[in-house]
Amino acid sequence: MEVKEKDSKIDKLGVLKRISGPVVTAVNFDAHMYDVVKVGNEALMGEVIKIQGEETIIQVYEDTSGIRPGEPVVNTGLSLAVELGPGLLTNIYDGIQRPLSVLVDKMGNFIERGVSAPGLPHDKKWEFKPLVKEGDKVIGGSIIGEVQETNIVHKVMVPPNQKGGTVKSIKSGSFTVDDVVCVLEDGTSLTMMQRWPVRVPRPVKEKLNPEIPLITGQRILDGLFPIAKGGTAAIPGPFGSGKTVTQQQLAKWSDAEIVVYIGCGERGNEMTEVLTEFPELVDPKTGKPLMERTVLIANTSNMPVAAREASVYTGITIAEYYRDMGYDVSLMADSTSRWAEAMREISSRLEEMPGEEGYPAYLAARLSEFYERAGLVITLAGGNGSVSVIGAVSPPGGDFSEPVTQNTLRIVKVFWALDAKLSQRRHFPAINWLNSYSLYLDTLHDWYDREVSPEWNTLRSWAMEVLQKEAELQEIVQLVGSDALPETEQITIEVARMIREIFLQQNAYDAVDTFCDMKKQYDIMKSIKLFADLSATAQAAGVTPSQIIGSKAKNELPQIKFIKDYKPELEKIAKEMDAEFTTLRAAA
Amino acid sequence: MKEYRTISKIAGPLVFVEKTEPIGYGELVNIVTFDGTIKRGQVLDTSDNLVVVQVFETTAGIGRDSGVRFTGETIKMPVGKEMLGRILSGGGKPIDGGPEIVPEKRLDITGAAINPYARASPNEFIQTGISTIDGTNTLVRGQKLPIFSAAGLPHNNIALQIARQSKVIGSTEPFAVVFAAMGITKEEANHFMKDFERTGALERAVVFLNLADDPAVERIITPRLALTTAEYLAFELGMHVLVILTDMTNYCEALRQIGAAREEVPGRRGYPGYMYTDLASIYERAGIIKGLKGSVTQIPILTMPGDDITHPIPDLTGYITEGQIVVSRELHRKGIYPPINVLPSLSRLMNLGIGKGHTREDHKKVSDQMYAGYAEGNDLRGLVAIVGKDALSERDRMLLEFADLFEQRFVKQGYDEDRTIVDTLDLGWDLLSTLPVEQLTRIDRDLINKYHPKFKAGATKE
Ligand SMILES: Nc1ncnc2c1ncn2[C@@H]1O[C@H](COP(=O)(O)OP(=O)(O)OP(=O)(O)O)[C@@H](O)[C@H]1O
Ligand SMILES: [Mg+2]
Repeated sequence: MEVKEKDSKIDKLGVLKRISGPVVTAVNFDAHMYDVVKVGNEALMGEVIKIQGEETIIQVYEDTSGIRPGEPVVNTGLSLAVELGPGLLTNIYDGIQRPLSVLVDKMGNFIERGVSAPGLPHDKKWEFKPLVKEGDKVIGGSIIGEVQETNIVHKVMVPPNQKGGTVKSIKSGSFTVDDVVCVLEDGTSLTMMQRWPVRVPRPVKEKLNPEIPLITGQRILDGLFPIAKGGTAAIPGPFGSGKTVTQQQLAKWSDAEIVVYIGCGERGNEMTEVLTEFPELVDPKTGKPLMERTVLIANTSNMPVAAREASVYTGITIAEYYRDMGYDVSLMADSTSRWAEAMREISSRLEEMPGEEGYPAYLAARLSEFYERAGLVITLAGGNGSVSVIGAVSPPGGDFSEPVTQNTLRIVKVFWALDAKLSQRRHFPAINWLNSYSLYLDTLHDWYDREVSPEWNTLRSWAMEVLQKEAELQEIVQLVGSDALPETEQITIEVARMIREIFLQQNAYDAVDTFCDMKKQYDIMKSIKLFADLSATAQAAGVTPSQIIGSKAKNELPQIKFIKDYKPELEKIAKEMDAEFTTLRAAA
Repeated sequence: MKEYRTISKIAGPLVFVEKTEPIGYGELVNIVTFDGTIKRGQVLDTSDNLVVVQVFETTAGIGRDSGVRFTGETIKMPVGKEMLGRILSGGGKPIDGGPEIVPEKRLDITGAAINPYARASPNEFIQTGISTIDGTNTLVRGQKLPIFSAAGLPHNNIALQIARQSKVIGSTEPFAVVFAAMGITKEEANHFMKDFERTGALERAVVFLNLADDPAVERIITPRLALTTAEYLAFELGMHVLVILTDMTNYCEALRQIGAAREEVPGRRGYPGYMYTDLASIYERAGIIKGLKGSVTQIPILTMPGDDITHPIPDLTGYITEGQIVVSRELHRKGIYPPINVLPSLSRLMNLGIGKGHTREDHKKVSDQMYAGYAEGNDLRGLVAIVGKDALSERDRMLLEFADLFEQRFVKQGYDEDRTIVDTLDLGWDLLSTLPVEQLTRIDRDLINKYHPKFKAGATKE
């Protein structure tokens, strides 16, 4: 696909006619849809979102207080685009890719307006190492060189919308992102930076079906409802149920190579927390600070809504850019509901015909376009890369029947349903194991078989069955009390409790338990199964349920979660369980 | 300044003015009525032929003959050190008989957003002396932690107790209270004022009063005036400011009223679709800024219509604030003060302000374990009503007992009882020790050995 930058010479001037919050109307103005324009005497950044007769309607990314009718509007002729190149990682941006650190330098602790700031540092020099030589043929998307950006190697590519050609000259050495590092036979000169319009997906050669899980270190996710690398997941839940904590856990511990975290219309302090915490956390895989693989987009709830609308596109474009280098990228968007609300707010200012609950009729289309930008792909350069997208959803009143949740569930493959009942009793992660699902289980089956254990898939099904059975039994218990249950079922209840309390519950704030690798997940589940098996044999031998439930050795199992080198302890518990049951059987 | 007499329409709090020169969006407007009274308003929409003004006072007296003056600037608030100890109207005018505020500065009341990069992570533990807050829903400096209450519940007393007892252990830095009342009754306001006077807090307080019989639309600016003052005290004078906003439900009603007057497409239950963004522009004005001394901590109070936590007002608030303290009618009926139901309550910044170096290393886990026990015990109450106590297992009976103990000893305390955090945590251990130790699955062995009354050093082994 070809994306052309529009003719940057249509530097047309218009006049403001009306200002109504973030939406303004200009007349005598030549513009195309989604052109970036400068509004008013202070040249606030805006984007054309509607053209109607004489009027051009513009959403403004900054506060419009004090702007008057009659002030000028200037069309830049460019689309809303981001700067892509070395310097993205470790950065924190607002919704339109202005680095927040630069904004602090330029305007102090509070976000004022009328300040523009480029997305990349333009004065910084990077050590560019060419990977092609004179005479080599390159095409759009080809990798021509690399830069050590952080501990991550940044691949410098031919922009995907260019046709490429034969390399005429290429340099090595220290350059800024504006310096030409490579010239093609046809005279095209290439720098380390490219611009890409955020609303247009970056092209790929081919989309593949994901077959490898994104390992997150979270037991309920990896163990029961895994997401694939290149997959999509939604995590809906009422306020305070754990969307942000789960997303941050994924940002910290998932085995992606690059993480893009979008705080879309959420809290300022949450972004600060990421900013203070991440530089001190170490990637369990590389041993490097987590911040070095992370890009943050923070357009908090009190920042302009139009920029909130744009933040999601800014984030996904950056994610695609690293995917094109051949990396596995994961993107978290917290919260897609705030993005949808920004669309609703703008739409209602445009006096568009509202759809369900006031959301614009195109809500479903926008959501699916966004999630479609996820995927495992063959890049234009011929490598493999992926973008996994995990979106938080904040349904009003925690009611999943509302439009944003429903339209999201139609698209995504994994559903992690947060449940206020669980979070209220501090069962974390408060993901409901009965309502959640993953449609990747089949495709990931072989991977678990191969990489974890041939037993894993059966163990998983067993655990799900026990949990399902427990839910049915609980209904009976609510009517007659637990003592009235048949004996085998009393033990099912006990085993289910162990699965919930030992396997499913995971404390994000415990230094050890915060991350649990697949091996440990398997070992924990196996130990619970061992208890279930021992109980079954014991019961057959005449041991009573209360003796089984009262057995002591199993009570040590929860402690395993908090121990880093858990193996010796776990083996000891297994032996003790065995011995205890042998005694019980003998006495029966 | 030019005065227009071109009012073409008045609808609710909105005044439409025609044929003006170009007027800025958000500008402050003065409308002069026939008897010379000046009413303030703000530009909501401006175009070359029509300007829509939202008036912050009653529109009574405004007519085609009224003069409209556009001031050319957005609404500003005069602030100064002198404000401490003063009582102002919901519109910011002194109503205590004292002189006008001598402005050291005039600040825009909308307040720009704090750049997230400039924020410092709040992590200083505030001891409120209330166990259900300190122990299980800890408040930290710079947090926004609302009280979700309902009509007829003692949320005002809880807020007062917090305001009175709050301290950061070992800190002697200056603090202040900013109190903003929106649409509360004179009687409620008196209750606050009396307590402020009784404890001498008034000297360190700035009070904004918009009472039930004051104009509803004025409520739109009251919290913004209060927060502008708070930010000034905090970030320019270096004070630690506690802001109490009550009642946010009345604020939201005013917002709905304006939305209706503008004939906007209403969102859930008639509240405007942008209410989330609007509330965020209030609640997000809390926090700490890197390199600056002060802080703004917010305790908004709201009454849930029909005790319904999914109502848009508590719902949208909960999505913005950093937790919530939920006041329960059931506990109140049982005669428990403060009737805080910990189950739906939450403090999201708790983890940053507790543990080693802040409170005590066992804090988080004691809290988690109490939650688990109380939640389970509370569930069992329903079951007991059906099957009777005898059908319960031994374990369930103990949990049931625990839930009662928790309410009677941990939740319940006196209006003037100021518990230290150590008292609160030790009390927690006392209650937990009524459960068999192997049921304490949320706590690791080391902590049990160190703090559990039956195991800690000096305890007599059973
Ligand atoms: N895995 C976890 N381990 C421990 N605590 C957790 C976990 N998940 C959530 N919590 C607790 O729940 C609280 C609320 O979680 P979080 O802030 O993620 O909610 P949220 O769903 O994002 O809410 P909102 O929609 O209001 O942003 C956290 O502050 C934390 O105390
Ligand atoms: Mg959140």
